[in-house]
Amino acid sequence: MNSWMHHLPIFPVAIPLLAGAAMVLLADARYGLRARISLLSTLAQLAVAIGLLYLADGGAGVWPDGIGVYLAGDWPAPFGIVLVVDRLAAVMLVLTAVLALVCLVYAQAHWDRAGVHFYALFQFLLMGLNGAFLTGDLFNLFVFFEVLLASSYGLVLHGSGIARVTAGLHYIAINLIASFLLLISIALIYGVTGTLNLADLAVCAGALEGADRRLFESGAAILGVAFLVKAGAWPLNFWLVRGYSAACAPVAAIFCIMTKVGIYGLLRIGSLLEPTGAPAAFSLEWMFAVGLATLGFGSIGALATQQLERLAGYFVIISAGTLLTALGMPGVTLTGPALFYLISSVLGTAALFLLIETIQRTRTLGAELLAVTMDAFDLDEPLIASHSEVVVGVAIPAAMAFLGLAFGACVLLVTGLPPLSGFIAKFSLLSAAIAAATGKGPFWEAWLLVGAVLGAGLAGVLTLVRLGMRIFWSTDEPITPRLQLAEAGPVAVLILLCVAMTGAAGTVSAYLDATAQSLGRPSTYIDAVMSARSVRPLTRGDAL
Amino acid sequence: MELVYVAAIGVLTGSGVWLVLRPRTYQVIMGLSLLSYAVNLFIFGMGRLKVGHPPIVDGTGVTDSTLYADPLPQALVLTAIVIGFATTALFLVVLLASRGLTGTDHVDGREPPA
Repeated sequence: MNSWMHHLPIFPVAIPLLAGAAMVLLADARYGLRARISLLSTLAQLAVAIGLLYLADGGAGVWPDGIGVYLAGDWPAPFGIVLVVDRLAAVMLVLTAVLALVCLVYAQAHWDRAGVHFYALFQFLLMGLNGAFLTGDLFNLFVFFEVLLASSYGLVLHGSGIARVTAGLHYIAINLIASFLLLISIALIYGVTGTLNLADLAVCAGALEGADRRLFESGAAILGVAFLVKAGAWPLNFWLVRGYSAACAPVAAIFCIMTKVGIYGLLRIGSLLEPTGAPAAFSLEWMFAVGLATLGFGSIGALATQQLERLAGYFVIISAGTLLTALGMPGVTLTGPALFYLISSVLGTAALFLLIETIQRTRTLGAELLAVTMDAFDLDEPLIASHSEVVVGVAIPAAMAFLGLAFGACVLLVTGLPPLSGFIAKFSLLSAAIAAATGKGPFWEAWLLVGAVLGAGLAGVLTLVRLGMRIFWSTDEPITPRLQLAEAGPVAVLILLCVAMTGAAGTVSAYLDATAQSLGRPSTYIDAVMSARSVRPLTRGDAL
Repeated sequence: MELVYVAAIGVLTGSGVWLVLRPRTYQVIMGLSLLSYAVNLFIFGMGRLKVGHPPIVDGTGVTDSTLYADPLPQALVLTAIVIGFATTALFLVVLLASRGLTGTDHVDGREPPA
């Protein structure tokens, strides 16, 4: 049993890889089988992720210090590639799996048939995400980034159409260049330190001096820029709104967590390199300033926008800005509350993206676009009708009431108004910042943070209320949309999850505070990775 | 040799950046290709330039690391080439789709007003 549990960290990568590969081989028309395989695979990932969440908290005594190291090729740490599970990775894995499950169910309503290989690409995206959260190796991180980006290129184009292709073109070009930056930084760091293992890097980096030190800092700074592009930080985020608003709803919803991979990278590598004198982009002042600028850009963009999809894109930017500002706050550690905000905002913006697509159906334009997409892929009505009526179920009555209520809940969530989890997240963030400001902490920075976060919230409320009034209270040609259970269900689940998070806020934030504390002690991580021994005995040939 | 190597990377990067900033999709993809060559050479160079040194230890005895080239950047550059090649091919497909759908090869999908 125990030895079996030690293999658990590889499953979040292996399951979607095998499921995705199997689905590529299936005939195009077998949507039902694909949907079932995807659901099974994602459910299995969720189960594994919850298991890892429990083990990383010292559960079952498998990893007493909360860090599980898996030697992928059974070579010890600095030589082989390692997967590392700690609380942060486990939390991100659970969040990914939950979001993926919800998006998959939503996609079954009709989006999975708007193009080919949706499910396979989706599973590869999950593989990349899970791998990026788990890996303890810098180059392996790049590889998983590429896996998730390559599948995201496919997914952003899913459904085709001019808007998606032109937005996708920009998205791909920007991300290719960001990948080049990532490669340059990895090469620089390897050239100076001679290692790619994150734990080993944290040890070696401290010993560098003179020209090597400066080269290393340049490398780390370029790495930081690459992560900031992924995270959607200003001024590197002009691609984001257009790309996300063009993508179809379930894809846009899963993309909400993709920007958080950049944040995760900054947090993980930043926490490991911090004791060695964190260089350039990982250093706090820069991240703080970038975060503030991102918040400002997001707020202004949200105020100016007239379309719901674009607005949701700006909320992704505001969320990234808040996180960067909070994590970059000099002097105090806001990691615990920031992680709570991360979870809440990912669930909230994902719900908003899913909801917007159904809301658009109350307006004629959305229906027209959908018809065009269906047309382009030669999907005739009978297929859709048979699938939706028989398999998914009947249309929910009072769809408009559901949409209105769900929209209201999303407004509360993404803008951080009471009583939902968005409020708790922002409140704990701001109270920690204010407590720091009244103590000996950084006075101006804390109040800047408070002002910017509240300002962004206000801008969000203003725009959402304005657009909400126009949609729900307008008198011109109200179309009551047909809403399937597979579309309403995921939105409801996401909102209920946030409600549950509000109820269990104590438990959740206790876990996240423990996460933040373990991030504050990188030596535990380094020791765990460096002391991991391979299972088989080393032979003489190996010792060379 | 280092000077020539560095100059090559510099020229490739410079041309690549200039081309990526151009408004036509074909120029952008050429720029991305040149940039990827430059990055691949850069990764290779980070393993230090050595001529006539094998990257593989034969395991028979003496292991003086100065006699060998660093094998890791060579492995990394191989991975980077494969990934770069695949993503460039994918970009090419999107480029053609964009050309077909919009009828122009401008990156924004429409010609700027004259």
